[in-house]
Amino acid sequence: MKPLLNTLYVQAQGSYLRLDHETLKLEVERKLVGQVPLQHIGGMVVFGNVMVSPFLMHRFGDDGRSLVWMSQAGRFKCRLSGPVTGNVLLRKAQYTAQSEPTAAFHIARNIVAGKVKNSRTVVQRAAREAEDAADRVALEEASTFLAASLRAAGRARSLDEVRGVEGRAGRVYFEVFGRMVRMNRDAFVFNGRNRRPPRDRVNALLSFVYALVRGDCVAACEGVGLDPQFGYLHALRSGRPSLALDLMEELRPVIADRLVLSLINRQQLSGRDFEPRPGGSVNLTEPGRKTVLAAYQSRKQKETTHPVIGQSVPLGLVPHLQARLLARHLRGDSAAYLPFTPK
Amino acid sequence: MPGGWAEEELVMISALEHYSYCPRQCALIHVEHVYDENLYTLRGTRAHTRAHDENESGSEEGVRIERGMPLFSERLGLIGKSDIVEFGPDETPFPIEYKVGPRKENHHDDLQLCAQALCLEEMFGGGVPAGAVFHHSSRRRREVVFTEGLRRETEEAVGRVREMILASEVPPPVADARCPKCSLFDACMPFTLAQMDVKAGLARLFDPER
Repeated sequence: MKPLLNTLYVQAQGSYLRLDHETLKLEVERKLVGQVPLQHIGGMVVFGNVMVSPFLMHRFGDDGRSLVWMSQAGRFKCRLSGPVTGNVLLRKAQYTAQSEPTAAFHIARNIVAGKVKNSRTVVQRAAREAEDAADRVALEEASTFLAASLRAAGRARSLDEVRGVEGRAGRVYFEVFGRMVRMNRDAFVFNGRNRRPPRDRVNALLSFVYALVRGDCVAACEGVGLDPQFGYLHALRSGRPSLALDLMEELRPVIADRLVLSLINRQQLSGRDFEPRPGGSVNLTEPGRKTVLAAYQSRKQKETTHPVIGQSVPLGLVPHLQARLLARHLRGDSAAYLPFTPK
Repeated sequence: MPGGWAEEELVMISALEHYSYCPRQCALIHVEHVYDENLYTLRGTRAHTRAHDENESGSEEGVRIERGMPLFSERLGLIGKSDIVEFGPDETPFPIEYKVGPRKENHHDDLQLCAQALCLEEMFGGGVPAGAVFHHSSRRRREVVFTEGLRRETEEAVGRVREMILASEVPPPVADARCPKCSLFDACMPFTLAQMDVKAGLARLFDPER
């Protein structure tokens, strides 16, 4: 199993990253404030005004390490990509699958089933832990609905049907999401998912963590030679990493939503880690983001049993493994794409 | 480039060794162009860097040494590069292949070396009866004699590799003792694919209670 290398997140404004032999050096105002051997770094995410030397970029491109630029507030801006290499036959199979009526549909259907199943696991756990009776009842009802959605996904016969199942399941899931918040409910009010911009703290947190997972999913697609823009569940749209978003669906509940809930419920974050913006949107503060990034990194190190592979892997490697499983399916090595559905 | 062959019909000498070790490994490298580095391949690259450096060619004790010589065979549609070819006083080429691993009888190496010999015979117009595998770790040479049987086997392997690559065929994983040491283990997923029960997996996926 390949080692899970760390992602380095840099948000010190005005800092400069450069390569010194095999070491990555971080300078702020020309003073060295940190250094990491390159061999420990799998990728890097930089926020806002962080400069990266050309030679460091070259090296990342050569090695296939990911480098993502975010706005200072954590919105995805762009990423570095090295030369297009590797398996053109894999990419051809990826494109061909869309024109084969059943292939694309089956991939999308299984991804949606994975997402619904994993969402339900999150809801069930919250229902068990709920202290308030009304919360428990609502969560149990949602769990029943999601069970029905899962069966409906299995019966679906077209991509449209699958997308319909996903839409309804998503709505029900976010209707009860606020009930999974057990601490600090005054600060963490949630009335449905909104974004661009997020209008409350929970949405701000969800958006930020989803952006991180999305970056990892793009890197996972590229790492195994898949085109991150060409997906099945998500319609193709210029500039949209549809396949990475597909891959992300089944992982959202496990990697992102659980993290968001535990950051709030373990009171690792408080209302003060967010700042209101004029006009009603909400951002994480810099210390708030720091807390989230550290928690995200440590969540990625957490070992989990992968039901398809049948062995324990760090959660952070799961996007890569799923991208690999998808690639192997597209190349005809397995009859179906099986999503990651931990018990 | 040998003239009678289309670019895609040419077989790399290194593919023969891969093929003889594991046809899927060969297909992953030469059909899918998957390449993952691991400790073994990194060591191999390092050891080969010097062997392949043509600037270090020269003469030692009456034996002329060529490093990194491009090799080809028109007849077989075979191309590659030698590690080292020694030319003795009678100018008979003697190919030497560098290996990082420990010294052991290894048929895959023999096949690769024999393919080099077949190229050298065509390029220099004389017989190449033997060559050697040099083991980097033990610094020992193992001599390989190119018998009729080995030559026939090598030529047959060239044909099979060409067919596989032209058909873009990727054989299923072998999932045996070879796999854990293979540099392509992660990309190949041999045990995962071999043990994967898709039917059971799908049944579990759509069942809320499992």
